[in-house]
Amino acid sequence: MSSLAVPRGRGARPRGGLRRHQTKWAFIFLAPALVLFGLTVFYPMARALQYSLYKWPLGGAKEFVGLDNYRRLLFDDSGFRQSVEVTLYFTVLSVLPTILLALVVAVLLNDARLRARGLFRTIYFVPVVTSLVAVGYVWKALLEPSFGLVNTVLGWVGISGPGWLASPDWALDGIVLMTVWRDLGFYMVVFLAGLQAIPRDVMDAARIDGAGAWQRFRHITMPLLNPSIVLAAVIGVINGLQLFTQVYVMTGSAQQLPGGPLGSTRSVVLYVVEQTFRPLEMGYGSAAAFLLFVLIMIATLIQFRLIQRKFEY
Amino acid sequence: MRAATRTLDVTKYLLLSVGAVAMLTPLLWMVLASFKTLPEILTFPPTFLPEQVNLDNYRAVFDTADFVRYFLNSVLVAAISVVSVLLTSSMAGYAFAKFSFWGRDVLFVVVLATLMIPFQVRVIPLYVLASDLKLLNTYAGMVMPTLVDAFGVFLMRQYMMTIPNELIESARVDGAGELRIFFRIVLPLAKPALSALTIFTLVVSWESFLWPLLVASTSDMYTLPLGLAQFAGRYVDRTDLQMAAATMTVLPILIAFLFMQKRFIEGMATTGMK
Repeated sequence: MSSLAVPRGRGARPRGGLRRHQTKWAFIFLAPALVLFGLTVFYPMARALQYSLYKWPLGGAKEFVGLDNYRRLLFDDSGFRQSVEVTLYFTVLSVLPTILLALVVAVLLNDARLRARGLFRTIYFVPVVTSLVAVGYVWKALLEPSFGLVNTVLGWVGISGPGWLASPDWALDGIVLMTVWRDLGFYMVVFLAGLQAIPRDVMDAARIDGAGAWQRFRHITMPLLNPSIVLAAVIGVINGLQLFTQVYVMTGSAQQLPGGPLGSTRSVVLYVVEQTFRPLEMGYGSAAAFLLFVLIMIATLIQFRLIQRKFEY
Repeated sequence: MRAATRTLDVTKYLLLSVGAVAMLTPLLWMVLASFKTLPEILTFPPTFLPEQVNLDNYRAVFDTADFVRYFLNSVLVAAISVVSVLLTSSMAGYAFAKFSFWGRDVLFVVVLATLMIPFQVRVIPLYVLASDLKLLNTYAGMVMPTLVDAFGVFLMRQYMMTIPNELIESARVDGAGELRIFFRIVLPLAKPALSALTIFTLVVSWESFLWPLLVASTSDMYTLPLGLAQFAGRYVDRTDLQMAAATMTVLPILIAFLFMQKRFIEGMATTGMK
């Protein structure tokens, strides 16, 4: 066996025996992951694609309908269209403010002279580790229109607060508010990591050259932070488009199906679940899920393009 | 100049403090409300502190729902998921980082590409699969989709690339077997990445809602989030009970976080997703 350990340079082609040995062990190490990927990712993906081409009530006979499920979803189904609008609205309205606020907090916190820096960081991060279901119920109570804390605070500054979750116009905004609160700390941590990677001497040099705080932020911090911002935006959008738990928790109960009032908070994922498990139409639900997948891919690609171009120097 | 810096500092603290109050209030309100009576919660204008600390809400929650069981279910599901993800990710990551074999890079890209597939696309066939395998309403069914994680493979591969080849080669020269090299040399060196992945997997598992909601059908299989949702759905108007139950759901992970803050924050920052 010792002949297998001949020292070799990086990228050198392994010799026959060594290569066989490497391949064998590589696949032994890969096997558990690959088997599980096959079972829980690749196989279900292939099946989902297949289902989406069938009319298939759970337990009933399936019937091949080609792309008809997709045609119905895209052109004949106002419920699906509404769910796409709800999901896009939620994603844009929750991701943008969260990133902006987190950027502000991270820049403020990225100051070695600041006292209680660790404490602030902990406080802003705490909501991230709380259970989404639990804080969903907390915010449901906070957003109660007449005696909830949010409208009380708004009342102090002379604003009469909206009906939030009870109002078709404001329910989704209530969910957005809660999501911004919960995710802020996560983006802050991502940005802080990015900020700390910016070399001190670059900043010092700029300061000596007479660059003001805004100029330093605009021309050094922002460009160098660009990868963190892209990362945060992409993660935010992917998570946003998968909106489900908040809606289920904050708008549903034993007496009331989630997604209301009047479908104003019914997200695509909720729609997929409804279509699949209530009328038990697996084919139609699968097709809707695939359209969500396409939406996520398009959104991700657009962001990589847009954001990278905007901040190229 | 001095005075200007001073004002700037004060503004900074002021901004951060206002934000901090806004961040803490909902959680503080939850805990305080869990000690209040229902009429107390519903008074206007709202009060902040409870008139007296009474544990009636907690007692009522324990009497009507088995939150201890939900907690243990959550722990069990999370533990299986963490162990499996750590093992499969580190083994696969090691193979991708330190072995050369035909098709390696293509295979790695294929694994990475699965990150873009949202869980919801797989959820219907997974449900049918779990049903065919008679895994509905079992622990095996609950953990099935969480046993492997493409992101974990990616993270471990990136980390293991930084382990010097010489270390592995010299162990081979000394006649150590491949498994021994992996478990005795590579894994201990990968501790920081393993710890980040542990926290990440733990938080994801603790949060997981859609899949348990579909798979678990009897209350003895509920995890904490599911038990809470079921409980709150039943007692829609009992905000007092809901807040006691919500506090119990949040507390375990919050305590874990406060004890291992640095690891949590670093873990989440390096893994970069939730």
